[in-house]
Amino acid sequence: MATIESNARANSQVRSLTPGPRTPVANSGYRRNVLWHAAFIHRMSGVLLAIFLPMHFLVLGLAIEGEAALGGFIAWTELPVVKLAESVLVFLLAVHLLGGLRVLAIENAQVASGHRRLAIIIMALSATAAVLFLLMIWL
Amino acid sequence: MTPIRLYVLQRASAVVMIPLLLAHLALIFYATHDGLTAGEILSRTQGSVFWALFYGTFVIAAAVHAAIGLRSVSADWLTRNPRTLDLVLYGTFMVLLLLGLRAVWAVVFPGSA
Repeated sequence: MATIESNARANSQVRSLTPGPRTPVANSGYRRNVLWHAAFIHRMSGVLLAIFLPMHFLVLGLAIEGEAALGGFIAWTELPVVKLAESVLVFLLAVHLLGGLRVLAIENAQVASGHRRLAIIIMALSATAAVLFLLMIWL
Repeated sequence: MTPIRLYVLQRASAVVMIPLLLAHLALIFYATHDGLTAGEILSRTQGSVFWALFYGTFVIAAAVHAAIGLRSVSADWLTRNPRTLDLVLYGTFMVLLLLGLRAVWAVVFPGSA
């Protein structure tokens, strides 16, 4: 994460060193950078997963009272809005996993180029997984 | 806890979770493709030493990883107060660890309340 953010910061400095007035827009140019978005999505997906985890554990914990208690909650997952939420969770899980692999690769291997392409591929793969999952549980 | 120790634990817990997450994602697709039921989940996990170890390891690694991650986000966006950051770190870790291990116990020993 730190490396990604420092890369994004380095890129932003290159932009801000280009000729032109130092306006707030020019100084925040890094926010249009693919790697800045990749780092932001990695961070936000982690936060959202951390918020989701206690609820996930509480639901599974219903089984301590028996199969019927857990089954009663799982029946609720047939609602369309819950199916959509589950697909979002699949996206968050996939994008955080693949984004984390990218961070580990950057930190532990000499990856000199292709960072932007890899970040875009990760987004595309994660979105595809979520859409496939939604189609599978919807149809 | 020192920053270097937090950094190493964050990466170590991530590495531990990579195969577990891949298996979990595959299982999510497999288990839900023809409808998810409590009976299907519990028939797999009930009394299983393998799934108890699998999910137990997963819970510990996730609790460590999430606690350090939320501490980092808090340090960047919310506060630099060391006591508050320690509260985020250890509070998140304990909540996720206790609820997670309780969930593992529940699916391995359902109806044990």
